[in-house]
Amino acid sequence: MFAYVAKRLIAMPFLLLGVITVAFLLTHFTAADPLTSIIGERQMNNPQVVQAARERWGLDQSLPEQYAIYLGNLVTGDFGTSFRTRQPVAHDLLLRLPATLELVISAMLLGTFFGVTLGVLAARFRDGMIDNLARLFALVGASAPVFWSGLVVLFVFSVQLGWLPGPGRIDSRAVAPPFVTGFFTVDTLLAGDWAGFRSVLLHLILPASVLGWTVTGIVSRMVRASMLDVLSQEYILAARAKGASPVRVLLHHALRNAMLPTLTIIGFSFAYLITGAVLTEAIFAWPGIGSYAVAAARGLDHPAIIGVTIVGGAAFLISNLLTDLAYAFVDPRVKLGGRAGA
Amino acid sequence: MSVVVPTQRRWRSVVPAWATLPLVGGGVIILLWVIIGFTIPLWAPYDPVSLAGMRFQPPSAEHWLGTDALGRDVFTRTLYGVRHSFPIAVVVIGCALVIGCTVGAIAGYVGGLLDSVLMRLVDVTLSFPAILLAMAVTASLGPGLGNAAIAMVIVWWPIYARLMRAQVLSVRNREHVEAAVASGATRPRVLIKHILPLCWSPIIVNATMDFGQVVLLAASLSFIGLGAVPPTPEWGQMISDGALQFYRWWIALGPGLAILTVVLASNFLGDGLRDFLDPRAK
Amino acid sequence: MTAPLLQIEDLTVSFGNRSGAAFQAVSGVDLTVRAGEVQGIVGESGSGKSVTMLAVMQLLSPSAAIAGSIKLDGQELTGLSDRQMRKIRGARIGYIFQDPMTALNPLLTVGQQISEAVRIHKPEASRSEAKQRAVELLRLVAIPMPEKRAEQYPHEFSGGMRQRAVIAMAMANEPDLLIADEPTTALDVTIQAQIMELLDRLRREKGVGIVLVTHDLGVVAGVAKSLSIMYAGRIVERGLVDDVFAAPHHPYTRGLLDSLPQMDQRVERLRAIAGAPPPISARPSGCAFHPRCSYAIERCLVERPPLRPVGPVEAACHRAEHVAAESRARQDA
Repeated sequence: MFAYVAKRLIAMPFLLLGVITVAFLLTHFTAADPLTSIIGERQMNNPQVVQAARERWGLDQSLPEQYAIYLGNLVTGDFGTSFRTRQPVAHDLLLRLPATLELVISAMLLGTFFGVTLGVLAARFRDGMIDNLARLFALVGASAPVFWSGLVVLFVFSVQLGWLPGPGRIDSRAVAPPFVTGFFTVDTLLAGDWAGFRSVLLHLILPASVLGWTVTGIVSRMVRASMLDVLSQEYILAARAKGASPVRVLLHHALRNAMLPTLTIIGFSFAYLITGAVLTEAIFAWPGIGSYAVAAARGLDHPAIIGVTIVGGAAFLISNLLTDLAYAFVDPRVKLGGRAGA
Repeated sequence: MSVVVPTQRRWRSVVPAWATLPLVGGGVIILLWVIIGFTIPLWAPYDPVSLAGMRFQPPSAEHWLGTDALGRDVFTRTLYGVRHSFPIAVVVIGCALVIGCTVGAIAGYVGGLLDSVLMRLVDVTLSFPAILLAMAVTASLGPGLGNAAIAMVIVWWPIYARLMRAQVLSVRNREHVEAAVASGATRPRVLIKHILPLCWSPIIVNATMDFGQVVLLAASLSFIGLGAVPPTPEWGQMISDGALQFYRWWIALGPGLAILTVVLASNFLGDGLRDFLDPRAK
Repeated sequence: MTAPLLQIEDLTVSFGNRSGAAFQAVSGVDLTVRAGEVQGIVGESGSGKSVTMLAVMQLLSPSAAIAGSIKLDGQELTGLSDRQMRKIRGARIGYIFQDPMTALNPLLTVGQQISEAVRIHKPEASRSEAKQRAVELLRLVAIPMPEKRAEQYPHEFSGGMRQRAVIAMAMANEPDLLIADEPTTALDVTIQAQIMELLDRLRREKGVGIVLVTHDLGVVAGVAKSLSIMYAGRIVERGLVDDVFAAPHHPYTRGLLDSLPQMDQRVERLRAIAGAPPPISARPSGCAFHPRCSYAIERCLVERPPLRPVGPVEAACHRAEHVAAESRARQDA
């Protein structure tokens, strides 16, 4: 196991380099001239402006040269400067990353919680009404486009019922909390701003639910299947033979084991979450990486797009690694090098 | 101590084995959309891109799904949308299949360094969240449905390459293949005649399921503004129109439901196909 | 004579399916187990022996219907609620499963699983007390270095050690009765002997009554005092082990004995019973054994033989006297 983790860790930089290279190449066999987005179409026939811009943004160099420069800058944490915001991309990303992480983590927690609950109930009452409803809920969650279901829940819960606030991270009249972690939930608490904290939580509910719905669907199906598998194992009978109560058998013995395969799925669903976050942020006016990516793509803002793409790829690689490590940590049969075996 | 409970399903004897609910249900929905796509100009109640009535009309007998910001009939536009989504999905899946299967088959059959290089490329490409990669490529090529399609092919081919390689590897060492090699067949001939015919079923199942996903991704790109351009009646584009007026719920309802039905149907169809083609898998 | 520890009378277990048809997995079984005594139950798989034992624990699926009487120390168990049964399971009856590989939860340490058994029935026991008790129990079943072993997970145990751990778990609350369901089937032969020795020691030292369920007459021979042979959900022969072994009165028992390898016999005498036990849904008419029986006469096809005293034992066979005579003749030869 230790060797496996070590192998994964060693492979990481190479995969990252691959991710960077692919992202760089795909955004540079460009048909649309990025200059248009830098200086505007009207100035395009002014040779002096064009020349100046080319030099300033390094577009006068050959592709390999640009690549080498880009890589060299990346090592120092420099993702280049956004054509659009005229700010360092790294700065833009860091500023927006917490918003996306807050959304994605909330969605993951919500999705996992409801997914596990539904899955356990569906397995316990197999083929009953709960099971069928859970199946339908999962199917729709996995099939509905988030940018549409987001609209639907906004309309129903915000416009019609008025239960929850509309788009945004915090009440528009409220002041954003001072930047400490960038997580509004944490920052409002640190500032002792209870009203702000409440507003932030309420604003999180809709986007996180919409985004988490997909995860709920995937996780509930997985939990159900592995619960059914585990419940037929002899150690479940053995636990009952000890006199354990049904709840104890279900949660302490069965769910624990059923969570093993589920863990992999939860890690895997991270890729869905990033994809979904891009669209959810667009719907909920969420100032995160996703809406930054959308704006960058629309504005042909190359440095920003490469930056976002690399961050997305890296996030995926890291989440895969974390999933494997978590699996090794939870399952005693997989031993990490540090702990002694028999 | 297992107790044998005989299943008593009488309808089994009447209906052929392939006619399961997912397969038929999914197939019917997809078929309906295809028919709509081909015939819609003959019977559409309104023109999809020009004024059909007052702006922002809620659903009524005249406009089943209301009208949008330019007074166009949402129902008509929704039905017309399939004429953009389906061809794109077919082309994208088709190209991705050709590229992916070729790469996967060669990598799996030739092996060695070529295999390693190709598969690392696949690994890296699959590391990107699909939408980010598609956005990056579309942005670099410039917006438009055609460029979005190219981007989606770039996103999708590695999936089939990986699948095909795994299939080829599992078939490669079977006896009939070794017999063919021993009898002096050339390598390309062995691959095409003796290996590939046994590799298709999981790939067909996956391609069927991916159909809905491609429709979804295409709509996502249009929604962001990188795919179809106005006034094209494209589903993602229409939802984007609706998002600007989300309290006028009917504008996005039609395209949303349309995407939902296509994705659901292709999932069902894929599930049904898998059960039919490979009864051993659950 | 004191009341028997476990008394099963006329137990019938039937399983229904969705179409409403019911199959009897166990029919009219009587069984008595006394404290400090090992009662063997022998039969091929599908004979209903495990179902009988799971019925005692009421651990069968909800589709199983139980009729008859099961008394533990005079207390009727059938009809108890699940809540009441939970106080009996693990506390007064310990259950040992066939396969120690699958009977232990892979994600909990062996110590955790044993202390869980303690704490379920003694909620007032602290964690450390329960842990202490788990170590004691591991010592009782002769696991070396019990303190260290308690911290380990099942996959770190060998098969024999796991079965000892399962036995320790079953003994956690000093039950009056141990049900050992094929406790040695999944183990190597040499380990089998050790496990049987352990069970016998627990019987002697702790005075528990043991029901030993097995398909292997050889396992029963050494430790059980009396035994019942089951076939197709019914008891076909029962008596003291010595009597049954001396002269089987039922052709099925005879067949089981013949299939045992014995040192002093020539190889051609070793033979398996032809055919397979009937499925639960298609039991033959008359005597369920008749399709496989070389003694069968026409009467066996239509009339089910009741269990009746024949000589020192009880047997359910129309031709029991004939079978016994032949058995004796062969023993003498």
